[in-house]
Amino acid sequence: MDPLEIARWQFGITTVYHFWMVPLTLGLGPVVAIMQTLWVRTGEERYLRMTKFWGKLYLINFIMGVATGLVQEFQFGMAWSEYSRFVGDVFGAPLAMEGLLAFFFESTFLGLWIFGWGRLSKRVHLATLWIAVAGSVVSAFFIIVANSWMQHPVGVEIIDGRPVMVDIWAVLTNNTAISAYIHTIFGAFAVGGAFLIGISWYQLWQRRRDGIDSVDAGGRVVVGSSATIRGRDKVDHSVWIKSLRMGAIVAVVAFSGVAVSGDIQAKLMFDQQPMKMAAAEAACKTGTSFSVLAIGDLGSRDCNDVVSIIEIPGLLSFLAHGDFTTEIKGVADLVPEYQANFGTNLPNEALLGARAGDEIQYVPIMAVTYWGFRLMIGFGGLAAFAAVVALWLTRKGTVPQSKGIMQLAVVGILAPFAANSAGWIFTEMGRQPFVVAPNPNPSGVDGVFMFTAAAVSPGVSFVEILFSLVALTLVYGVLMVFEVKLIVKYVRGGVVSAMPDLDRKDDDPDHPDATPSDDVLSFAY
Amino acid sequence: MDVLPTVWFIAIAALWIGYLLLEGFDLGVGMHMLVTAKSETQRRVMLNTIGPVWDGNEVWLITAGAATFAAFPFWYASLFSALYVPLTLVLLGLIFRAVAIEYRGKGSSERWTRSWDLALGLGSFVVAFGVGAMLTLTTTGLPLNENGDRVGGAFAWLNGYAVLGGLAVVGFCLVHASTFLALKSDGTVRAAAGRWFTRWTPVALLPIVGWVLVVQFQTGTIITWALVAVAVVAVLWGYLNGRVGREGRAFIGVAVFLVAGAASIFAAVFPVVLPSTLDHAFDLTIQNASSGDYTLAVMTWVTAFGLPLVFVYQGWTYWVFRQRVSDHHIPAAHVVRPATGE
Repeated sequence: MDPLEIARWQFGITTVYHFWMVPLTLGLGPVVAIMQTLWVRTGEERYLRMTKFWGKLYLINFIMGVATGLVQEFQFGMAWSEYSRFVGDVFGAPLAMEGLLAFFFESTFLGLWIFGWGRLSKRVHLATLWIAVAGSVVSAFFIIVANSWMQHPVGVEIIDGRPVMVDIWAVLTNNTAISAYIHTIFGAFAVGGAFLIGISWYQLWQRRRDGIDSVDAGGRVVVGSSATIRGRDKVDHSVWIKSLRMGAIVAVVAFSGVAVSGDIQAKLMFDQQPMKMAAAEAACKTGTSFSVLAIGDLGSRDCNDVVSIIEIPGLLSFLAHGDFTTEIKGVADLVPEYQANFGTNLPNEALLGARAGDEIQYVPIMAVTYWGFRLMIGFGGLAAFAAVVALWLTRKGTVPQSKGIMQLAVVGILAPFAANSAGWIFTEMGRQPFVVAPNPNPSGVDGVFMFTAAAVSPGVSFVEILFSLVALTLVYGVLMVFEVKLIVKYVRGGVVSAMPDLDRKDDDPDHPDATPSDDVLSFAY
Repeated sequence: MDVLPTVWFIAIAALWIGYLLLEGFDLGVGMHMLVTAKSETQRRVMLNTIGPVWDGNEVWLITAGAATFAAFPFWYASLFSALYVPLTLVLLGLIFRAVAIEYRGKGSSERWTRSWDLALGLGSFVVAFGVGAMLTLTTTGLPLNENGDRVGGAFAWLNGYAVLGGLAVVGFCLVHASTFLALKSDGTVRAAAGRWFTRWTPVALLPIVGWVLVVQFQTGTIITWALVAVAVVAVLWGYLNGRVGREGRAFIGVAVFLVAGAASIFAAVFPVVLPSTLDHAFDLTIQNASSGDYTLAVMTWVTAFGLPLVFVYQGWTYWVFRQRVSDHHIPAAHVVRPATGE
């Protein structure tokens, strides 16, 4: 059996999984840092509580991102050794920079932040969080630079058949990287925003169900305080309403950023990877129409099987070029061009093993690109719409008592996650059959490309990769259960779950632990 | 003269030594939590000695891997693909370890805590063993063909050297962690770590001594033998000091032993980065495995700027958390209950 297919599944599963943790880390981190900044500036209790609570969830998620990120770095060498040999000169550099210039900061300063409560001065402690958050944001940049080089290779020359880096600046300022980075960061903020909205909504709803808060005849919220439920005092209400509205603002801003950067990125992609965009549109023939709905067998790679039901004339041209008339090449016209430039069959090289001489499929699986593109936009738009609705519904300072709306808000957390995954799957699958996509674009480097089929490790067997696929997928599945379990548990516990001191004060003001002695660590594993 | 590839060989050796030196005690603490600790409080004291620093320490591994990819892509590709199965296990160990440290204290049942302890201890063992085996095979060689690909199946790497090297790093981590725990904790954990150090150090260090000697007899030079001598003197000095409770000196002695011993190994194999056991014509060396000079120059600038900074802020972290951890520092376990009226 072919190790290539299983290696692709392995890479796809581990990468998409890793990218469930990363956007939450990227999106939630800056918000927690802002909360702590507000606390340091104003000294208001609610901001401290917000920092502690959201910080706890941030850490539960952060560690999963770290643990699964390790796999990403190792698997290039393990499963894709030919790829690593071919591109190492240019691709390894941003990865090493990520470690040296970003990840060291992120991990070291996060350790300082976690354990530094009460040990560092307030300002220094706040700075450790900002540095850690900046580390994540910079780290993401280097990773996107590496990925974008595979989408649009720049800054290299071919020497002895290998791309050799000649211009690091070109690699770091690759237009594909800049637009993809901005798009990804805003996509991550959308995740953070929905997370804040959903969880805060649940808390506010619970306060109303438990009769702590109510609404008076004029529709104004009456904030109450519970004598029996731990942590449900008046400050608690402002923690959640403030978090919710911060989340909604983050989500709305994120969506504007995602839309603008997505448009720029799509225009670049029409230029740099025309086949990907044609497949995303299921555009068989050259034309100007954007398809909203198509049927037929999108998986067949044969365009004649695709029937477009709703088309908007001119829109495709507008997306690609900003006018309504320029014709965009369809799949049927692109295939012969690709065949002329890159051949019809894989070369007869020993390294390719049984794949040598195979016919090359230049059309990616259309069902994946077509629906991946639409799901990304659809889920992203849904999340943005939900955020606007949330702002409207909470304008008076509380949520409606409806359980159904609360459940929608909680489920809504998943929408931007789905949008992010769909976007990545679209952009990576749409690049096939290339692992390093060739450049038809004059600003890129000519002749730098690599077929995915030529990238897999020649010495590694199907069974080895299958073993890692099964083992990692199982472990990932189990860990997902634990992560969700812990997040649910801490969410149900409310702020008190992250602030034991608050608990002691609530339970019994005369308890000897109410003011812990200086000797006890304010945070310990 | 291949100046830049030589510089990068030294840099990667330094990253690996940095990793073993720093995460060595994290891994050892993970194992001691299973082996040496007698109570939940002792385990929590142990874990909290590495709490603020372990994640930063692990980045040395990530950077060592990525730097190898950038500076010696052929070395990275051949080594990692040849060791597919053991590296998968190392990855699983790293995943479990990281998650266990963060999650063990967040559950409420004893079964939860004990399960994560097991994940942490076994994960640490697998990582130490796997990294040791990998580094040893880098010095003793793998069956690689002319393209640098492993021949002979998924377990072609498994031989006596791999086991020796695996045990070497496991043994070193246990010793290193016992000096670290003795230095960083107080009370029962400090005493237990001291006792472990006195009793087990001579045995636990045998495999690493074996590995050093194998490499020295194969390709040693006067310089590398001098490094071995430094390592021997350092470890004897550290051990004798540790026996009489001078914990700081014991820690320094073991640390110098590691640095000098590992340096002797890297220096002895230079300029080969990965020998082929099939034919020395297929050996990967700093010349035929490295990236171009431009890439290496860029990386040198980045490292010259970045690494000293890492030293400064990681050093500062150790300074901030210099206080010993003991039983009375550990807060009571906090039970998380739903904040609801139901």
